[in-house]
Amino acid sequence: MSAIDVNQLGKRFSAGARAVIEDLSFQVSPDETLCLLGPSGCGKTTLLRLLMGLEQPTSGSIRIAPELAQHMSYVFQEPRLVPWRTCLENVLLPLQLLGRKNPAANTRAHDLLHQLGLDERLHHFPGELSGGMQMRVALARALVTEPRIVLLDEPFAALDERTRFRMQDLLLELKSRLQLQYVFVTHSIAEAVYLGDRILLLDRTGSARDWRAIDFQERDQLLKLTPAFNAVVQVYSQLFSDMERAEALHVPRATEVRA
Amino acid sequence: MNNRIKTWLVDKYLAWIFLALLLSVWEWVVAQQWVASYLLPSPTQIFHTTVELWPEIQAATLSTAHSIAWGLGLSIVSGVALALLFFAIPLARRAILPFCIFFQTVPIISIAPLLVIWFGFGQPTVQASAFIVSLFPILANTLTGLQETDPHLKELFRLYRPSPWQLIFKLQIPSAIPYILTGIKISAGLAVIGAIVGEFIAGGGLGSLIDAARTQQRVDLVFSGVVMSSVLALLLVFIIEVVSRVLLRGRPYLRKS
Repeated sequence: MSAIDVNQLGKRFSAGARAVIEDLSFQVSPDETLCLLGPSGCGKTTLLRLLMGLEQPTSGSIRIAPELAQHMSYVFQEPRLVPWRTCLENVLLPLQLLGRKNPAANTRAHDLLHQLGLDERLHHFPGELSGGMQMRVALARALVTEPRIVLLDEPFAALDERTRFRMQDLLLELKSRLQLQYVFVTHSIAEAVYLGDRILLLDRTGSARDWRAIDFQERDQLLKLTPAFNAVVQVYSQLFSDMERAEALHVPRATEVRA
Repeated sequence: MNNRIKTWLVDKYLAWIFLALLLSVWEWVVAQQWVASYLLPSPTQIFHTTVELWPEIQAATLSTAHSIAWGLGLSIVSGVALALLFFAIPLARRAILPFCIFFQTVPIISIAPLLVIWFGFGQPTVQASAFIVSLFPILANTLTGLQETDPHLKELFRLYRPSPWQLIFKLQIPSAIPYILTGIKISAGLAVIGAIVGEFIAGGGLGSLIDAARTQQRVDLVFSGVVMSSVLALLLVFIIEVVSRVLLRGRPYLRKS
């Protein structure tokens, strides 16, 4: 049985508006990590929000395995921390709201912040932290509820390269250590190939192409230097530009509808 | 170095220097007898009168302060409570808020006689007068604050299916704190006006001291009353600032996310 089953999904933000997603179907099996890749404005974020239930589909259906649906977590594109709560209090927020605040959860919050290198910052407010630190707090907040699946919306886009690489490795480590499954939105081809067992390439017409990524045995930053990795990135780059060329030939949908 | 001292002086003391200049010119104009001192007493004369009649002025000031504290305190409590009610029950907001706005447009001086009829002469009328004028800014600001919660944070909270109470106490009230404080500061100034107007009609406090001094042609005493009422207003704003800082305990509620 698949973990996520998307069937003929469609989304328009208002009647008559351009379809952001159209007739999209795919399945994700358990233990498979998925990267949503595509140019900006292709509906990656919308798809992720649909999966989380933050938006309702206009047509089609999304089915998430019941054992996963109860344990989902979401990381927004920006850290979205509560400014008047300290680092630690921000991480504890989900537990308070879910009524699951107990000593064990408290220890888990401390552990997570320790793993993310934020020991020194527990009692600092978000305004006192750098962008990278804020994002790590947001990641800890998403993980403190012990989710089975995490949806991440370009979480590392605003980070500097070194921090981004560290965060990517951290995510992979959490995946293997906590058996964490994730859906990761990105517009970076290399990031998608590095993090995804599978990549869903979305284009601006609202449809998608699904390719299985090569199953790398060991993933670390050195992998990015190997010919095999670069060959996969090459393939996706080619697909990406083919897709954009095809789009350029196509009459833009937005004008079609508005006319 | 010289420049830095100059900037520092200008930043910190320019207003005080200007005040000193103004008072000196005032003193000088009166000393030259260009204006009759029974129309415009000199600053030193006002100061002497204040010192001389300090027991009376102090009693009047304390009485006014007492009325303001009650009126403003009641405004804060009921203004925030009403805003929460209007926020939680939109039907109540639509039914009652228009009347609050209408009430706000009626000048306090025209309601004051009515208050005397209802509450009699003395402090209750003065307190009611301070309360009525200071209620609306707190109510309106709090309501705006509650309604302007960052939609992004609201969405974040929604992920964890919060109860309405959790949403109000953990998100909406903290977000509204800057608005509530602004409302209280506006209301503090208005409460002083409301109390003095109430005292003109109902007696007691600085309002009645000013009124009595006017009938006795004691312009110097009128000025003392005026100065004391503005000292009260400034003191009030200062107290609000200090209390809010203590209550917020350095938490950055005031910074937008």
